[in-house]
Amino acid sequence: MKKDEVPQDSDNLHEGTFKQIMYAVDNSGNYVQVQSAGWEPENIALTQAWEEVNEKVAAAKVLVQSGEISPVAYYMEKNLMDLALLANYVGKFQWQVKRHMKPAVFKRLSDKMLQRYADAFKISKEDLLHIK
Amino acid sequence: MNNHQFHHTQTAHCESGVISNLLGHHGLKISEPMAFGIGAGIFFAHLPFVKVNGVPGTTYRIWPGAIFQRVCKRLGVRMETAKFSSPEKGMAALDHVVSSGTPVGLLSSVYYLPYFPPSYRFHFNAHNLVVYGKRDDQYLVSDPVMDTVTEIDPASLAQARFAKGFPAPKGKMYYPVHVPGKASFEKPIKEGIAQTCHYMLKIPFPMFGVKGIRFLANRVKNYPEKVGERKSALYLGNIIRMQEEIGTGGAGFRFVYAAFLQESAVLLNKPELSRLATELTQAGDLWRNFAFSAGRVCKSRSADNVSYKELSEMLIQCAAAEETFFKKLAKI
Repeated sequence: MKKDEVPQDSDNLHEGTFKQIMYAVDNSGNYVQVQSAGWEPENIALTQAWEEVNEKVAAAKVLVQSGEISPVAYYMEKNLMDLALLANYVGKFQWQVKRHMKPAVFKRLSDKMLQRYADAFKISKEDLLHIK
Repeated sequence: MNNHQFHHTQTAHCESGVISNLLGHHGLKISEPMAFGIGAGIFFAHLPFVKVNGVPGTTYRIWPGAIFQRVCKRLGVRMETAKFSSPEKGMAALDHVVSSGTPVGLLSSVYYLPYFPPSYRFHFNAHNLVVYGKRDDQYLVSDPVMDTVTEIDPASLAQARFAKGFPAPKGKMYYPVHVPGKASFEKPIKEGIAQTCHYMLKIPFPMFGVKGIRFLANRVKNYPEKVGERKSALYLGNIIRMQEEIGTGGAGFRFVYAAFLQESAVLLNKPELSRLATELTQAGDLWRNFAFSAGRVCKSRSADNVSYKELSEMLIQCAAAEETFFKKLAKI
């Protein structure tokens, strides 16, 4: 890649503030560091990853509102976590966390357990019980 | 003893950048590509069974921490490293070292670093940064991938250092206790190159090195049939991100490594290394072409077999170029 080929495809994902270093060759063939504002394929891939996240969050929200899953499942998606990571944060086995995703089980969780979930998601217990 | 101001230099990759910045602070000047090369950082692996959010893992670099260990060992740098059982202990130890004026390297999770743009904050637990001071209860941070120094509040830093998941950073911190004033790079460069060639050419499993690229090429070809349109695009997107997203310097570290070879050519007085650097740049350009086409396929979301087959062929070209390159490099 030549110095003047370093892509500057900025988009809102970078929020205009963030420039990363790329290595490219100058006219005499020597490597130099050049700042890049972003590149189309990277932007596409990142946008796609976020679309996937947002779709999962939206789908989970609908299921919580229709009473099919508990807010634990919704906040897990919202925090980009998977079952293993969430179980690790709250100090439970994965099957236990899975159980807590059932609304009937979630309703009976102790205050202490709810607080642990709230801490893992960095939200208040109030927000955990009532998703926005 | 090292009370002079910490000098922040922006780099492409966090691990080799922190090494370069930390050792530079202690008087051992080493560029980012040089650290990356001596640490034998360039690699390739495709691990379909290691899934991150359901997407098979691909990497263009050696596993986190390896570059660090190798550079320290090869240059005779002694590092003090520590992990902690609780955030309280970890933060207290950090305060103690920082108050003596020693910059400290930390392992952290990108997800909890507020100074990154939100779109980059995924649960990636192997990010390196340097804390070089504390002022008004804010930590002064030199994050090598940022263009300037920044600050972070203690609560966020504690969360980032003690994030859970794989690998769990467990508050890992490190700082040099002995840095040789002058180090000859000649032997470390040769050892780094030899190790790299071994890793790229000789690992007897299909997922690693040049074989790994061909392995990925075969998988990509069958993505549409095997996992369907939607997942195919996600899988491709992940390959692009591993190759080009923050930290690789372009083309999945291929350009950084070429810069290392160029620098080594001068130090060792071996012009053939410089010619090989040009060859690797061309291989890197092939990777960039692949990413560009893969991006277009992702965007169109049309999982026709033809486009995936073409991408697969591009990967096979990358593999061929790298095989020729590393075989030549191994002979030097």
